[in-house]
Amino acid sequence: MDNGMTKALVTPLVGNNPITLQVLGICSALAVTKTLATALVMSAAVIAVLTLANASISLIRNHMPRNVRLIIQITIISSLVIVVDQVLKAYAYGISKQLSVFVGLIVTNCIILGRAESFAMKNGVGLSIMDGIGNGLGYSWILITVGIIRELLGTGKVLGEVVLPTAAEGGWFEPLGLMLLPPSAFFIIGLLIWVIRTWRPAQAEAAEFRARPVERAGAE
Amino acid sequence: MADNGCKKSNGSWWARFRALPNDSPAKTVAITLAVALAGSALVAGSTVLLRPLQQANKEAERPAHIAEILRQLPEAAEIQLEARVVDLETGAYVPSMDPDQYDQRLAAKDPDRSVEIPEDQDIAGLGRRARFATIFLAQQAGETHLVILPVHGRGFSSTLYGYLGLSGNLDTVAGLTFYEHSETPGLGGLIDAPDWKSQWRGKKIWDGSVLMLGVGTGRMEPGMPEAKYQVDGLTGATWTGQGVTNLLHYWLGDHGYGPYLEKLKRRGG
Repeated sequence: MDNGMTKALVTPLVGNNPITLQVLGICSALAVTKTLATALVMSAAVIAVLTLANASISLIRNHMPRNVRLIIQITIISSLVIVVDQVLKAYAYGISKQLSVFVGLIVTNCIILGRAESFAMKNGVGLSIMDGIGNGLGYSWILITVGIIRELLGTGKVLGEVVLPTAAEGGWFEPLGLMLLPPSAFFIIGLLIWVIRTWRPAQAEAAEFRARPVERAGAE
Repeated sequence: MADNGCKKSNGSWWARFRALPNDSPAKTVAITLAVALAGSALVAGSTVLLRPLQQANKEAERPAHIAEILRQLPEAAEIQLEARVVDLETGAYVPSMDPDQYDQRLAAKDPDRSVEIPEDQDIAGLGRRARFATIFLAQQAGETHLVILPVHGRGFSSTLYGYLGLSGNLDTVAGLTFYEHSETPGLGGLIDAPDWKSQWRGKKIWDGSVLMLGVGTGRMEPGMPEAKYQVDGLTGATWTGQGVTNLLHYWLGDHGYGPYLEKLKRRGG
């Protein structure tokens, strides 16, 4: 594997992570991370769609009519999403019921159209596949981390196996109800972004606006 | 696209097509059409190929839903679940039909095995219904405790398929559960929520001869007169709630299981 390929695969993991740096795909990250199982299946679905969409869009990039390119990209992406949804309904029915609309909503996941438009339209098929896998993995590891934290602290389990025995079942652990609600994913992703940007200060954005100190109203 | 057919046989046509500027009308239409066709072939192919598996998954859910209604029976005695085919028009059992072989949903689509529902009675929005239905009798120590009836009707964005359990004297709901629907998750999808489903248990069906059972408006407080017959309304899912009420009224009415329940009551009482 040459250098460019490796770079396309590895950069999106931390350096240019779609969730923590570009802050894309947050909606599904909040919705499907209540348990690790749903996070894993969602990750697999996104990797599959992202890789196949990148590959097929890169394949026809030299003949893409510029005026309707977004329509063509979305047509390809949504066809792939429907196929993935059908496969999940056939082979992972229980999980697909839990994921409900969120597999279908992969169509609107900005990461996929973003990679198609900014990478697959300009690069070869092999490189685009690597970029798709890389971004998919970048998205996945965040989802999986959040899923583990939420399931563990919310229910004391990981993948349905008891890790921290809960007080209700005779153990000592008091589950945090907040972890089962979508906002908790927001907090966890926020903390992850903080950790990553502390580790790599280059990712921190320059302040766009500095708040002025409040001026006390004059004697009135 | 007269040139399309010649693409492969005639290299020069293909080359000329490829050389067209990407934004030329011919190429725009050709590429869009090709992508659309490939996309539809992919979608149609996967749907058709995977449908048997998906159908099997859905079928596998149904016993679990029947078991959910049965769970309230005392565990002491062994529960025997007996499937019977009922002629909805007369309310009589049809011993000649094997309940395992009979597919009510398939029959509802077959003009020979289904009837059209008169428009003024079609509150559940079904159009047609099968002439026969497979019902389940749950017996303990030779006595029938529960009758489980398959019901379906239009919700908001899908047809709801479920089971309605009636307790032995047939005026009380034992449970209502839907095994197939695609209502909006978080709104109409809450018909799957365990605490909403559990509210159905013990609701009375009739006030005299008036069918009162259904989904109410707002929360049902214990003191309210409707609380005896109705469960909490679902916020943001008025259509789904109305759909549930409608399908209950249809299936418990004269065109639904009315004749059968009448017969069963006379036999039991």
